[in-house]
Amino acid sequence: MRVTLNGEPRELPDRASVAEAVSAAGGQPGGRGLAVAVDGEVVPRGRWTAVELGDGQSVEVLHAVQGG
Amino acid sequence: MAASGAEVATVALRRVDPSARGSLVEVLERAGCTLLPNTAGCFTARDAVTTAQLAREAFETDWVKLEVIGDERNLLPDPTELLEAAETLVADGFSVLPYTNDDPILATRLEDAGCAAVMPLGSPIGSGMGIRNPYNLRMILERARVPVILDAGIGTPSDATVAMEMGCAGVLMATAVARAEDPVRMARAMALAVEAGSLAHGAGRIPRRLYAEASTSFEGIPELT
Repeated sequence: MRVTLNGEPRELPDRASVAEAVSAAGGQPGGRGLAVAVDGEVVPRGRWTAVELGDGQSVEVLHAVQGG
Repeated sequence: MAASGAEVATVALRRVDPSARGSLVEVLERAGCTLLPNTAGCFTARDAVTTAQLAREAFETDWVKLEVIGDERNLLPDPTELLEAAETLVADGFSVLPYTNDDPILATRLEDAGCAAVMPLGSPIGSGMGIRNPYNLRMILERARVPVILDAGIGTPSDATVAMEMGCAGVLMATAVARAEDPVRMARAMALAVEAGSLAHGAGRIPRRLYAEASTSFEGIPELT
């Protein structure tokens, strides 16, 4: 299936979990300082392995940067 | 961070960069800093609320430096979006520290909304123009029952000293240190400036006078001619 991962189109296995998307984005799934939004909604860390993505969804995988 | 003595570091949330090495969060935590996530780059209450909720997940803290910007060029806060976001986040259990205009009425409204502090700007972000309206800042300080933290505009240590002398509980800065020719030296200068201003505020300055007042009495002065 095709999702938008951090603004880029990406192929992921069907029913891939949020945790898999985090890995695909280059984040460490267990790593602190990461946050995920799917279609603009926050997915709590404890649900990353349980929540499955669907075709066409937009996933943002975020981390801390300096500034602001 | 060590040279400045800063106890709190604010961090923004951006897309993961696969090429980035190391973790900013780990570096800051090793330095003993408390993390204050921010909503930098948000232009609507809705985006700021979602960003704050993401930051809470990422950093396991209820603190948020709330920024809702109204204009790309001057980066001034959007007052109506800011207040709306503050109300939503307070209701959601956040400790909200809003970056706000130097407007005493808005500061009161933010305090009434349940914000943990108010953080008026001295001048626009990154401008280094210092405190452009000390009169407004003074009114904010007189009215506030929560800590007032000067956020944005500090260009040089004397700006930080003035803020602390006036009664601010703290100052935020980034550009003034990070873009100095020697950031570590400037960080140390800022630490001393904040300490000086804080001590002076506690010590109580003399009133300003139009005319001189001799520090030595005229009593006992000899007649020499």
